[in-house]
Formats: sequence, C-alpha cells, structure tokens
Amino acid sequence: MKHLNIEQKCPKIGVFDFTGCEGCQLQLANKEETLGAFLAAIEVVNFREVSSANSDDYDVALIDGAITRADEVERLKAIRKQAKILVAMGTCACFGGVNRLKNAYDLDEANREVYGDHPKETMPTMSVGEVVAVDLEVPGCPVNEDEIERIVQHLVWDLPIPRYAYPVCLQCKQRYTVCRFDVGELCLGPITRAGCGAPCPAGGLGCWGCRGPAEAPNYEEFFALAKERGFSDQEISDRLSFFGGFEEVL
Amino acid sequence: MTASQENTKRINLNVDVHHLTRVEGHGNIKVRVTNGELTEARWDIVETPRFFEVMLRGKHYTTAGILTARICGICSIGHCLASVRATENAFGVTVPQAGAKLRLLAKHGETLQSHVLHLFFLAAPDFLGLPSAIPLREVNPDVFGLAARLKGLANRICDAVAGRTTHPVSIQVGGMAQMPDRHVLLDLKSQLERSVDDLGATIELFCTLDIPDFVRETEFVSLKGERDYPFIGGRLLSSDGVEEVETNYRPMTNEYVTESNTSKWCKLSRESFAVGALARVNNNYHRLHPKARAAAVQFDLAPVCHNPFMNNVAQLVECVHVVYESIDIIDELLDMAGAEIMARVKPRAGQGVSAVEVPRGILYHEYEYDDEGRIVRANCVIPTTQNNANIHHDIRALVKQFAVDGMTDERLELLCSMLVRAYDPCISCSVH
Repeated sequence: MKHLNIEQKCPKIGVFDFTGCEGCQLQLANKEETLGAFLAAIEVVNFREVSSANSDDYDVALIDGAITRADEVERLKAIRKQAKILVAMGTCACFGGVNRLKNAYDLDEANREVYGDHPKETMPTMSVGEVVAVDLEVPGCPVNEDEIERIVQHLVWDLPIPRYAYPVCLQCKQRYTVCRFDVGELCLGPITRAGCGAPCPAGGLGCWGCRGPAEAPNYEEFFALAKERGFSDQEISDRLSFFGGFEEVL
Repeated sequence: MTASQENTKRINLNVDVHHLTRVEGHGNIKVRVTNGELTEARWDIVETPRFFEVMLRGKHYTTAGILTARICGICSIGHCLASVRATENAFGVTVPQAGAKLRLLAKHGETLQSHVLHLFFLAAPDFLGLPSAIPLREVNPDVFGLAARLKGLANRICDAVAGRTTHPVSIQVGGMAQMPDRHVLLDLKSQLERSVDDLGATIELFCTLDIPDFVRETEFVSLKGERDYPFIGGRLLSSDGVEEVETNYRPMTNEYVTESNTSKWCKLSRESFAVGALARVNNNYHRLHPKARAAAVQFDLAPVCHNPFMNNVAQLVECVHVVYESIDIIDELLDMAGAEIMARVKPRAGQGVSAVEVPRGILYHEYEYDDEGRIVRANCVIPTTQNNANIHHDIRALVKQFAVDGMTDERLELLCSMLVRAYDPCISCSVH
C-alpha cells in the first residue's frame, strides 16, 4: 500500500509473554486515540493475550517479561530463530525487572515459603539479552506508549528511533516538575535514561530507575548528592537494585 | 440397551488447550470424554512463579506498594491500594477523607478500564465469531470506536488521579501525593457524562449476544456493602452465610497447594467458591447505583445468579455503576478544594490486613512490620487464586451438560474457553 507515494511495509508482528505482569503488552492498546491507525500499519499475527490467531510466520517479535524457567529459555530461542527483529519490550525483558529481586534470596527456601511441600520449578531471573541476541531494547515499567508507537513507525517507515542519551532530570525540567530532592525524597532521575516523559516525579514519586542508566551517567556526583541530602547507603542501593538496570554500580 | 444409551456410548470428545488465548497469563484446559464417560476435565495454571511474598521480605514500607503494583499489569492500582492500606492498618494511619475519595475515583477508573478491556477485547470476539477484536476495526468500526472511547476515558481517569494507568505513582502510604487540578476534574466529569451514551450502546450490543445457558450452584465471596456498593475495605461476606471481619481473611480463603498448579487453590464452605463482578453483584445487588440496577434488569440479572457466563454481564453492570458514582465523587472533590489528602506516617511494629475489590474479585494483602518499617512477612491472596478451583469444577459440570450427541471437539473447546474467559482470569497475578 502506498501512502503519500511512499511504499509502506506492513510488518508481521508477534507479541510473546514470559515472566511478568503483561502490563507492557497492554500498553500497545493503551493509546486509544491512535489505536486504529496503529493496527492498520502492522499485521498482528500472534498475540496470545488479545487474539486466538497464532501464526508462527512473523518478522518482528516483541518480548514481554523476564526469563525464569527452563521452558522459557527454549521458547525464547525458538522465537529468536523465526524473528528477523527481536525487541526486548519493557524493563523485565531488558534487565529482568523486579523479578530480579528474587535472585537475592535462596530459591529453595523461597519455594518452601510459598509452596511448602510442593516446590515448583524455577531458576534465577535472566533478562532476554542474557539468553538470546536482542536487536532493540525498549525499557520502562511499563513501556511508554509513545515510544512503542515510534518503534512501529521505525519498522514501517524506517523513521529513526529517538535515542535518549540524557537523563530523566531533563524531562522533569521540560514539564516544570518540582525536583523530588527538593521535597526531601530520593530520586534516580539524574542517572536514569529519559524517554518516559518523567511521569513519576510529576505524580509525586521520585524516579526508581526503571529505564536503566542514561549515557555516561555521573555516578560519583549522584552518590555525593544523595549522601549530602541524607540518604543512607542502604536506601540508595535498595533503589538502584529495584528494577535490575543498575547492576554496573552495585 | 436403549437407543439413547447407545448414542451416549458413541460420544468421544477431546479438548486440549495449551496456553489459552485472550486471558492474562498462561493456563491449560484438558477435557476427555470416552464412550460417553467423562474421564478428564481440568483447568491447570502453568504460569512461572515469581515469589513476590519472598521479595517483599526486608523491604521498606515505602517500597511495598510500588513493588506489588507489578504483580499485575491490568489491576496495578488495586494491588497498590491493597498494599498501602495494609501498611496504613499496620501503622494505625487514617487517610484524610479527600484522599480516600481520590483513591476510590482511581479505583473506579481501573474497574472501568479492566472491564471494558475484558468485555470488548477478550470476551466479545467469541460471541461475534472473531479471533480477536482487531478485525472489528474493519467489520464494525462503530463498536471498535465505542470500545476505544470507553477504555480511553477509563485510562485518562487513572492517569489524572493516580499519575499513570499501569503502575500508579500517586497512591502512597498515608493517602495520595497529589490532587488533580480543578479544570482536570471538570474535564473528566464532562467526559464521564458524555460516556453515558456509549454505555447505553454497549448494553444494547451485549443484549444481542447469546449467553450460554449453564448453571452450577456455588458460593460467592465479596466485601459486604454496609451503605455503598463496596470496593475498599469492610466486612467479608459469603452467599452461604459466612461473615468475617477484614483481618480474618485466612478462614475466608483457606489457600492450599496442588501438585499440578503453580497457582494455589482456595475453598470455604464447599469444594470451591467464586469471587469477581458476579459475586459482588450477587452479594450487594441492592447497593448498586439505580442506573446500574436498571442495566441488570435488562439482562435478567438478579441475585443469586449461578451462571458463571453472566460474570460478563455483571462487569457491564459495574461499568454503569462506576461511571455514575465517579461523577458524584468528582462533584464532592470539587467542593473539597484544598483539603488534606495525605496523613503523617510513622512506622511501628505490627501487622496490617487490607481487602480491596479489584476487577476480578476480592484481593487481600497482609504485612507484618518491624519497628523500622521493614517487612518481616507478607501474604497476598489474589482473586484468580480464589477462582481457580471454581473454574476447574465448572469445566467438569459444563462438559457433563454439553457432552451430548452432536457436540464436536471444536464447539466444546470454544464453550470451555468461553467459560474460563468469563471469569476474566488474571493468571500472572494468581502466580505472583
């Protein structure tokens, strides 16, 4: 189909869920005002949460969730074989997300605590990239609807994907949000990759770093600032380890 | 042997659904009828376990609501609310009235969002003979537009009040972090008023759908509405007559582990019970908004209804309820400009329980805190966990009723799948 005399691709997209809350795939349908046009630009051939159609003929695989069991490793490898482009969609897929917190506990003991005498199969949480090669990473808990739309625009019209080198701090300034440090709260905004539009500080919550590190974050200054404002080492490391994106400084 | 007995002997049916579609999470259905005998009928949850209760251990109280919101991508506001309330109950904190009203408005936004998502995108395609709601964009753009508008409105309420639809940011221990501006509230109100026509069109559409005729008597558990239709906190009630205070949720749920499921199962007075929109309507019918009751009448939905497929209708009735009640809440909030929305919080050692009616049924969070405000022990009992045994036994009864001469594997698979979808299961949640 041609639009404005430009040949559009209509990529076949599969959406696949692993360990997580399935909230990221839900964002695909959460921009209601453009949902119709969005669906017209792509062909959704496999999306278990919203469709019974389940073709294995897809070009792009959007992966939602982290990898926490042996069967997920096999399923993910099979998807990698089929997909031309594999996108890690959301913080769980990119870093393991909050699921990674369980790696700090003894898993046999965890199993006993939850399931008693009937332990269930599990393993330490891995990101998608720890199992297969990833072509595109879109972090966020959940992913930002606009960013997902731009990924699709990239796939359909080869438009470039904005790459946010700068931190969330900048997007707070753009929307005149009061700095969370100034209201006495810890915030990872100075070191976290922007692109979310900074909804958390605007809603009254410091950044928890779901998008992982910005380009060349100034950790030294950040730690100095956080300590100067009276936050303990434990508070800072609790925050940095929450979504699994800051393992490089933990 | 009579002719009909011989016909029965010829009935052989086989349903094997691996990872059921159009539900949240991963579950399997297995049915086998051999020579007219039901030899197997199962509902199994195979979702990967996540161990949230373990991950909560040692966490600071300010973290619990943010972490547990991530249990569910659809009802994260409900989880966050249950979490912060459990903490407030442990610390003896009372949320200011305006904060509590704002929370209910966020809750209503989520109920509408989740129910509309389920009704149009997950349930309706079966009734319309479509694999998903995506083709509706072309075959019935009016209905597609209707669904997108209602869902959009619900999400804008959540964004404005909770800071974000999925994984809220403004719901915090002590109350709410922000009050939406007056013009935002007025805009939401006018959008809600305009949505009444869309709700009417939705009712008209669902009146034309053919709800399967199936009844299995069961027990319904929900919050008990004292004055209002209940959503946040209160006494616990079962349609078999069991009544408990909120803190006594354990004898109301009785979780147990089964061999083949990663979700636990629950029971109360019988082998299973149900929670969700139908349970709430059954137990609190007379507390519904009059307009919502009028919608129920259009579908002949009256308590106690034992047809699980009517949960779809009960969800639609609740959509009407939350839209009208949201308009009233906004009016009250407009009169409370400048009121306190956040209480002072001082952590202390102790236990707290909270019960919240989330879209799929009653949800419980319980935390035990040390004196520094860190979690010693946590327990979450999820609506779908409570429904799983009921779904399992429903499938058995459904197959017994419908495994008659002329039934095909495909038709039975569709009926079983529709039955499970009617519960709107949130399987990831149930295996938190």
